[in-house]
Amino acid sequence: MTQHSPDLSRRRMLFGGVAVGAGVLLAGCTSNEASPTTAQTKAAATGVNNEPGKKVVIGFSAPADDHGWIAAITNNAKAQASAFSDVELKPVAAGADPAAQRAALSTLVSQKPDVIVVLPHDGKELNAFGLEAMTAGIPVINLDRAFPDARAYRLQIKGDNYGMGVAAATYIIAQLKAKGVSNPVIGEIPGIDALELTQERTKGFNDTLAASGFKVANRRPAEFTVDSGQQAATGLFQALPKIDAIWNHDDDQGVGVMAAINQSGRKEFFMVGGAGSKKAMEDIQADNTVLKATVTYSPSMASSAISLARLIGQGKGMSDLVELQVPKEIVLASETITKENASNYLKLGF
Amino acid sequence: MSDATPTPTATPERPQLPAQSPPVDPAETAAASEAAKTSNRLSWWRGDSGEGARRNLGLIGVLVVLVIIGAMTRWDLYSNPDWVWGNTLTILKLASVVGVVTVGMTFVIIGGGIDLSVGAILALSAVWATTVATQSYGAGGMIFTALVVGVSVGVVNGILISYGRLVPFIATLAMLVAARGLAAEISNKQTQLSNNTFINNIASEKLLGIPLLVYILAAVVAAGWVLLNRTTFGRRTVAVGGNPEAARLAGINVRRHTLLLYALSGLCCGIAAIMLTAQANSAQAATANLYELDAIAAAIIGGTLLSGGRGTIIGSLLGVIIFSTITNLFAINGLSSEAQNMVKGGIIVAAVLVQQVQFRSITQFLGRNRLTSS
Repeated sequence: MTQHSPDLSRRRMLFGGVAVGAGVLLAGCTSNEASPTTAQTKAAATGVNNEPGKKVVIGFSAPADDHGWIAAITNNAKAQASAFSDVELKPVAAGADPAAQRAALSTLVSQKPDVIVVLPHDGKELNAFGLEAMTAGIPVINLDRAFPDARAYRLQIKGDNYGMGVAAATYIIAQLKAKGVSNPVIGEIPGIDALELTQERTKGFNDTLAASGFKVANRRPAEFTVDSGQQAATGLFQALPKIDAIWNHDDDQGVGVMAAINQSGRKEFFMVGGAGSKKAMEDIQADNTVLKATVTYSPSMASSAISLARLIGQGKGMSDLVELQVPKEIVLASETITKENASNYLKLGF
Repeated sequence: MSDATPTPTATPERPQLPAQSPPVDPAETAAASEAAKTSNRLSWWRGDSGEGARRNLGLIGVLVVLVIIGAMTRWDLYSNPDWVWGNTLTILKLASVVGVVTVGMTFVIIGGGIDLSVGAILALSAVWATTVATQSYGAGGMIFTALVVGVSVGVVNGILISYGRLVPFIATLAMLVAARGLAAEISNKQTQLSNNTFINNIASEKLLGIPLLVYILAAVVAAGWVLLNRTTFGRRTVAVGGNPEAARLAGINVRRHTLLLYALSGLCCGIAAIMLTAQANSAQAATANLYELDAIAAAIIGGTLLSGGRGTIIGSLLGVIIFSTITNLFAINGLSSEAQNMVKGGIIVAAVLVQQVQFRSITQFLGRNRLTSS
């Protein structure tokens, strides 16, 4: 297939066009509607902070991930921005890796937005960008993945990864003690192991278990995807013929974990999830699976980030606080959702 | 059958070709078919030269060693025959999806190409099959959609490569990105739950104590074996991969054949997509991440020559099972997945080194030192 002919370029164009056209045609046939995320946004009718003020242009960048949680982050940010008449959101796609996101953010800085809200691929790798934007006079709000340098951000809003581990372990310990299990077999299915957030979750989990004299018997990392969750869980079941409790870090991969549970017919244990997807909350509420609780890591933080970005842009503070300005750091609490309180949290599910 | 690829001796026969109406296989050198038939008669299961059979025996040896290591490290589990049987089925079940993809990949590589887009095609097929619109047509609609999407994407790959003359590496790399993008678009970046019990049961149901997924793998492997070793299509694949110019002179429609190979790979991805959807009870755009590497690695470990023209289906299957067994070995011992990836990488390098040494000696023997440049 190395021979060349004079009509090559025309032919290439032709077939390239056919191929692209076919793809577009196919894509047009089926699609899923975006689910509304209004429950995770907030536009309170009263309060001096909600009155329209100076117009604020907010640049926004989050990884274009296929993961449900990240998708919810982006959807929430857009929905919250549209709830304010004085906010204009300029989203830029973050691409596939930190380098691509850095390039996208550079073009954003050149458009001089009033504030930038960014969920970095990796806070360490984008720290330099934060410094650059802050030096240029654009306040940066970091979502979820911290910049190591405090000068690189105006505000940081994070989920409590260590706290998730603590919450999951606390629930598991309480349940096991209530059942009188003294030497439990505990399994753990974390997400992408290379991420700092995964390591923090695991550390919180291990520290809390250790304080009660328990430990993890086997740990099989997945990749935040359903098929990897299914495979990691299958591996865990092979290694541990009898299990008392499992903590699965992520409800998206938890769909796969649940599938593996159904396929193996194992139900001698109970499971705690992570993040708080709608499906997980519904399962907990129905109480007909091994999933008995999930610990939150809510994508509603994106909505809060947009609200606070607006306040920062307008030079306002948070009206419930005495401070005149928005604080520097906000860490969400990781809450434990069980059958008893699931109905309160269901509207926050993604 | 690498030594059986049409050699320049086929050239003088060319003027006779127009006399025969369609370009059929007699031109694929009588010697080639004879050599293939002889070796196949001698050992029906290896489907290759004696060297392929030796390699397959070596792979089985590796499997035995892995099982022995497993038994030594976790005797508490291995001493229970019920667990061992269940574990064997689990290993096969986890190998089934990649196994089906690898069968298609083996054909593409033997045919001188490479398909980097299999994981993305799988994700696209699975996501499309689980969209609400498609699910409303029931299990039949979902399976049909998955297969049609798989084959369609494979055909697009094939058209770009054989008629658009793109290098397979580039065309399928582009498809890798594009198909995942389309999958993300269709799924709205959300996990698509499969609410179809028939589909979901494919992963949990058993027949005579063996999971259905293992039967599907066996059926695809058997079909692939027959296609490669017992049909004109298979002989043409080897010829096209071994020496496309000679194959063309011998009357094979190389372009059409290449297109069919990528379509076949797409079809395998479509089948695997249904299997994976059944396993995970859902699909998402990020699913089947890096399956292309697993499939390529398994094919190469199984003795498929990356430059085309040689390979066996049984070898590829053994390659997949070895990977699955290593994963299992690490899981039951609670070892980290990083170490597991390092071991996998080492095995791939070792397999290719062995292959190169063997191939070099064969080519030197034949007096065609094709690897001198590398």
